[in-house]
Amino acid sequence: MIHLTGTGPLARLVLRRDRVRLAVWVGAIALLTYTQVAGLKGLYPDRQSLAEAGQLVQDNAAFIAMAGPPVALDTLGGRTAFEISAFGMVLAALMNLFLVTRHLRGDEEAGRAELLRSTVVGRHASITAVLATALLADAVLGGLLFAVLIGTGLPAGGSAALAAGIAGVGLLFAGMAAVSSQVTEGTRAASGIAGVALAVSFVLRAIGDVGDGRLSWLSPLGWGQALRPYGGERWWVLALMAAALVALIWSAYRINSHRDLGAGIVPPRAGPARAEPGLLSPTGLAVRLHRGALAGWTLALLLAGVAYGSISGDVEDFVGDNETIADIMAQAGGDLVESFLSTTALVLAMIATAYSVQATLRMRSEEQAGRAEPVLAGALSRWRWAGSHLQVVVAGTLVVLAAAGLGTGVTYGLIDGDAGHVPRLLAASLVHAPAALVVVGVTVALYGFVPRFAVAGWALVAALFVMGFFGDILSLPEWFLELSPFHHVPSLPAEDVAVLPLVLLSVLAAALIGLGLAGLRRRDLQT
Amino acid sequence: MGAAISARGLVKTFGPTRALDGLDLEVATGEVHGFLGPNGSGKSTTIRVLLGLLRADAGEVEVLGSDPWRDAADLHRRLAYVAGDVELWPTLSGGEIIDLLGRLRGGLDERRRAELLERFQLDPTKKARTYSKGNRQKVALVAALASDVELYLLDEPTSGLDPLMEIEFQRAIREVTGNGSTVLLSSHILGEVEELCDRVSIIRQGRTVERGTLQELRHLTRTAVVAELSAQPAGFAELAGVHDLQIDGSTVRFSVDSVDLAPVLEHLARSGVRSLTSSPPTLEELFLRHYDASSSDGSS
Repeated sequence: MIHLTGTGPLARLVLRRDRVRLAVWVGAIALLTYTQVAGLKGLYPDRQSLAEAGQLVQDNAAFIAMAGPPVALDTLGGRTAFEISAFGMVLAALMNLFLVTRHLRGDEEAGRAELLRSTVVGRHASITAVLATALLADAVLGGLLFAVLIGTGLPAGGSAALAAGIAGVGLLFAGMAAVSSQVTEGTRAASGIAGVALAVSFVLRAIGDVGDGRLSWLSPLGWGQALRPYGGERWWVLALMAAALVALIWSAYRINSHRDLGAGIVPPRAGPARAEPGLLSPTGLAVRLHRGALAGWTLALLLAGVAYGSISGDVEDFVGDNETIADIMAQAGGDLVESFLSTTALVLAMIATAYSVQATLRMRSEEQAGRAEPVLAGALSRWRWAGSHLQVVVAGTLVVLAAAGLGTGVTYGLIDGDAGHVPRLLAASLVHAPAALVVVGVTVALYGFVPRFAVAGWALVAALFVMGFFGDILSLPEWFLELSPFHHVPSLPAEDVAVLPLVLLSVLAAALIGLGLAGLRRRDLQT
Repeated sequence: MGAAISARGLVKTFGPTRALDGLDLEVATGEVHGFLGPNGSGKSTTIRVLLGLLRADAGEVEVLGSDPWRDAADLHRRLAYVAGDVELWPTLSGGEIIDLLGRLRGGLDERRRAELLERFQLDPTKKARTYSKGNRQKVALVAALASDVELYLLDEPTSGLDPLMEIEFQRAIREVTGNGSTVLLSSHILGEVEELCDRVSIIRQGRTVERGTLQELRHLTRTAVVAELSAQPAGFAELAGVHDLQIDGSTVRFSVDSVDLAPVLEHLARSGVRSLTSSPPTLEELFLRHYDASSSDGSS
């Protein structure tokens, strides 16, 4: 127990530093849940309409891959769980993941942990404090979600299962991040490992849910949904989650008690004594700084593309002789597989946009960390410096989109025995580039004029995601949905290419980026 | 000789804080100019304005004949900068960072790079993440000192260096000034300032409060005198420039403004001195006097 000395004050410190951040996360997840339920209530006033809508979703592989297994879709609760559980669990996981890596590895990397550990603080105090804070945040999140759900009149049992699933998955990723923070010396790498684990969980459950469901049992997100809220709850799944959590936390403590402060398991390697010529330019430096993250995102989107591509062959089997869907498809004038592929391209493009925003914000973190200063004290203008980062952002966005399209195209092409799918799906993915770059443009403009609001680029990605996929359920007005740049992108391959919107979006993106650069040129450097 | 740096009436505010409040700074070409002031007095802000990283709200500034805000990139080809708290890219090695910063500045002298690495005993293959504070500082110093530029802006460049490295630093500064370069050196290490600087400017709360050679500044301070006289001390209180007078039997202690030393010594001689110790003003006293706002009225 001596190792836990000081846990209390440290936990209060974590809470003090993150009280606003955590409140925003928890509040946003609860608010999103509330608006979803309210929206669904309006959209499907009775059991009849729910059942009809459920029928549509029941057999749509794209929806199932996105959302989860169709359970009790003829009830408001089942529909609610279907719509929000995957999204809510991913958000809860991200909240926990960032909370833990920032306070564990982030503090160690910055040297703050050393300052704290020099006081009367035990070896396990900070990890315990951070996990306790995560537990508290998840308990509040779970309680709030439960209150929101039963507040809208949903049954208590299912509401408890749904809330517990979301909060429980969040906590599991707190454990995951506690382990990844022990392994590497860098905060970025620690978040990256946990993030990859989250992405893999999502893909496993997507494939599992569309297939026979076995793979879903390998995924924490799958467990959250295996609780079957509102559809005959399986409470024993909570025991499985608890066991996994204990295993993760035990591993984290185990490594923590054997390693040096500041060190990971992987020792740092020596680097070259001289720089290669390729590094010796602003662009060379930017490429070097971005390449790790770009490689990670490219791989992630390639795998996601492969996962979606491998499902798309089965989409037709789902429909079978379901006349309702066949009718709808006939009305839309598209083929079922093609509309699935269009939706896939949009989902992956939005994930790719998250990369673009993260890469753009790298400029901000370089400036804040004081690393832009020595570069800008060299013989280059701010345009050139920002330009070197933005070159990588634009090229990286194309690379990541191409990886998604290639992954989908190659797997679907193999399944369908038609190599022509590769260029078609590559185009379906790359066609979103102008829209993604508009989001980059907004972020750059914020960075140029009000740098502390540049992180709102993330909020924009989240908002566009909600607008794109939940816009109808939330009954958002059409003019509002049209504000999204993705709204104007032709949905290849289901639709034909329309050049004008792409040109306009590109011009808008270029104008926003130019505006941001002009702002950057005028303002003080922040350190 | 022209001025390498010329700033007049610089004002810079950050919200309610007035970081620079009419600051003046003149640095002549070829000199090592000490830039002194208590923490938070605006030294780093001034240097960032000189680099064009911040834009002054008011005042004029010229560095090597150009406007640092407008001509930042071209100007930076001719100068090198070292911050007091060097932040580096954790995944790059020290050697890579030196090459990179050198190239961004327009090129490195290869021979000098190798020599400085040797002299500062810096291992260029280590990742920046693993460097200590002193070693991060060395990376920035080697990158700056290995480039052949006209002006070096050094903001507490030796913080974290050990005494041996401090000596190497001083040698390297003499070498670059020997080639005609100008150095603006912000520092709290008084020995370093005394050793290197031709002239100094002292700032407080964003204003220049004193400038000149160290010799000139010494004149503004007081010499401490302890004397034993053959008779009861008398008449000292009436002398101009005498402060803190204490008379204990035949022993008199006081401090005297350096400019008024001559008449005081005459008075001592007339009073029949048996023994005399006088301590010249130390640099510490000089700085303390200028750093401490409460003593600025000269009455203490």
